[in-house]
Amino acid sequence: MDHLDKLEAQSVYILREAYREFKSLCMLWSIGKDSTVMLWLARKAFFGHVPIPLVHIDTHYKIPEMITYRDRIALEWNLNMIYGENREALQSKLTFPDGNTDRITCCKYLKSEALKHTLSGQWPRYRMDHELKRYVPDEGKEPYTGVIVGVRADEEGSRSKERYFSPRDKDNVWDVGDQPPEFWNQFKTDFAPGTHVRIHPLLDWTELNIWEYIEREKIPVVSLYFNQGKGTRYRSLGCYPCTNPVDSVSQTVPEIIDELKSGRLSNIAERSGRAQDSEDGGLETLRRDGYM
Amino acid sequence: MITGASRAESALLVIDVDEGIKENSKRHGQMVSMLGVKQVTVLVNKMDLVDFSQEVFEKLKADYSEFLAQIKVKPVSFIPVSAREGDNIATLSERMPWYNGATVLQQLDGFTSDKQLEDKPFRFPVQDIYKFTRQNDDRRIVAGTVAAGSVSIGDEVLFLPSGKQSAIKTVESFNTTPKQVASTGSALGFTLTTQIYIRPGELMVKPSEPLPEVGTRFRVNIFWVGRAPMILEKEYKLKIGSARESVKLAEICNTLDASDLSYSKNKHQLDCRDVGECILETSRPIAFDPAAASETTGRFVIVDNYEIAGGGIVIENLSADETLLQRHIRERENNWEKGLIKTEEREHANRHRAKFIVFTGVPGTGKRSIAKALEQGLFSNRLNAYYLGVANIDRGLDADLGFNADNAGERLRRIGELARIITDAGLIFITTIDDADDYDIETLKQLNEPSDILVVNLGENSFSHYHPDLQIPAGGSVSDAVKEVTDLLKTKEIIIEYQI
Repeated sequence: MDHLDKLEAQSVYILREAYREFKSLCMLWSIGKDSTVMLWLARKAFFGHVPIPLVHIDTHYKIPEMITYRDRIALEWNLNMIYGENREALQSKLTFPDGNTDRITCCKYLKSEALKHTLSGQWPRYRMDHELKRYVPDEGKEPYTGVIVGVRADEEGSRSKERYFSPRDKDNVWDVGDQPPEFWNQFKTDFAPGTHVRIHPLLDWTELNIWEYIEREKIPVVSLYFNQGKGTRYRSLGCYPCTNPVDSVSQTVPEIIDELKSGRLSNIAERSGRAQDSEDGGLETLRRDGYM
Repeated sequence: MITGASRAESALLVIDVDEGIKENSKRHGQMVSMLGVKQVTVLVNKMDLVDFSQEVFEKLKADYSEFLAQIKVKPVSFIPVSAREGDNIATLSERMPWYNGATVLQQLDGFTSDKQLEDKPFRFPVQDIYKFTRQNDDRRIVAGTVAAGSVSIGDEVLFLPSGKQSAIKTVESFNTTPKQVASTGSALGFTLTTQIYIRPGELMVKPSEPLPEVGTRFRVNIFWVGRAPMILEKEYKLKIGSARESVKLAEICNTLDASDLSYSKNKHQLDCRDVGECILETSRPIAFDPAAASETTGRFVIVDNYEIAGGGIVIENLSADETLLQRHIRERENNWEKGLIKTEEREHANRHRAKFIVFTGVPGTGKRSIAKALEQGLFSNRLNAYYLGVANIDRGLDADLGFNADNAGERLRRIGELARIITDAGLIFITTIDDADDYDIETLKQLNEPSDILVVNLGENSFSHYHPDLQIPAGGSVSDAVKEVTDLLKTKEIIIEYQI
């Protein structure tokens, strides 16, 4: 087994463990390369099926290609696709693009708050109807108690402190200093009522591994990751007002792999194109409060 | 530290030569030993503070080797280094001409990945059974990760502890070329040539190879990290391979304080950071390999109050010993206080014998309707029957247990104890249990002694070896089922023919 085989086997094991142990499980799909690899790994784990609902938080400021791609894949792969949003903040224009909040607060409203209330079932969810080929209000209101998230330990400082199975209390609070031990391949899968857990099958993957795996498996990803002739491409995807492309000529997956191996991007953080990270407190503050 | 170390295949233990061997050096050595990390190199750091003295290095090496030998760790090498100055890290240090071994980098490259697992007997903890029917998929797939050895299409396989057998029909995976063989480390699935009922948690092996142990009582080493101590006879949850079972700490043989390595023979609990040689008992048999034979199927964790509170390895199977349950029943019976009425006198007055009747089978087979109709039928013939709805116990007798799955063993014990009392009172005691397996029935049978149990299974028979006294197909009429049970009670002379 090579390194990618081992990473794949471990992630598949974790996904199956999650599916076995949690009655109310969902997977967050940000449409980005990492969670798309995770979705592919779910198809590996469940032999072509995805028996877990996929949840996307739509800020309605996502780059349009992302949404087109999401819905095309949802239909092709027969996914139980769900999205949620912060309708109130959007209606009252409490956003950064509207000039009414700073970036961090905008993230908090459109992502953290929307996520929290979508997971708990308090806010409306919309489900892809495969007959009608469009979204309809979802009848399901039950809270998701197990949430599968595609974070990687190498991405950013706070994410390296995660466990594969990481508990959150009922207010979503993450106690970084007091986490359960993980012995061998036995994880914390028992939870007191009222708590829930984040599951991280991609924790050991690096950005390079992700691209190598996309190449090996020929996984379709959004075209925004590739240079379309302007000499720039997105390295990390988010909302268009706060996400900038990086300078890069890579037009294909092998070119991205070469670029990463060459070290040309080694001094530039992967999320450097994400403006909210550089504001006060940045990602750790957002994450303690429920951001992924 | 445990989380990281348990995933490691090799370790560098760093000791400050200026401080010498301290509590932490010992604790880390103990953890590495306990977690089964086989390749250990000791870095003796800050050699610059002792003028790169070979004498100081050799003294520490001798002392620490002696300590490591006690805990059965045999280091691959000792390297004198100065991490700050870079001595012996990437290149050999000119300041320690007396050292000609590997540098730290060379040593790291010299560590090997554990390939021996591939040559061991095939072990496949069944993680789950999938049947996804979307898009007309009719595969029933046994999913998991190969822990050791390999298996090929056509191989005979055995599931433990149930003892069921079948053979590999296909190796299943997504987006790969078709596979003939499944080798160590791969996470995949199988379909079988025959349809057998198995549960997640079983260990799939090849009957042609050395078999794992199966038992309920075993000697183990536990490293306890729980906030609350581990105490005798409390019910915990054990996770080994893909199995989860309720478990009790039956005995503490000795404990080791990981900080000062002092042994204690008479502790009655395991405190945080104690390493204990103990005897554990599960409520049902589990399949495992003693850690000396294969560590991947001999390692377990213990869950206390939702948290992983300890980890350990199985040393040996002790299933021939008297179990906690047997001892409990022996002591209970020795101290049973009898009234003045003899069993025969009750039977004479009641005109029937006492019996504990259990209806089993998968949920939704109509067990409860039949059980209630049986009670009514017997009662209308003026026989003393009593039907107990198990849900009544949840909010009554078992109210203290909450809805915690770890207490499954205790719930079952209480039903068994109730049966002991009610059959002693001379009644025909009727209840239902969903999805009972061989060990549930064996436990109830033992607890109900000296009276006897009668088991009626409805629908699919999911027992491994146990033969229910009566097998009734699902979907038949209630009155026919009641008649069948009543006829059996007559045959067994629980009730006398002319009474009915």
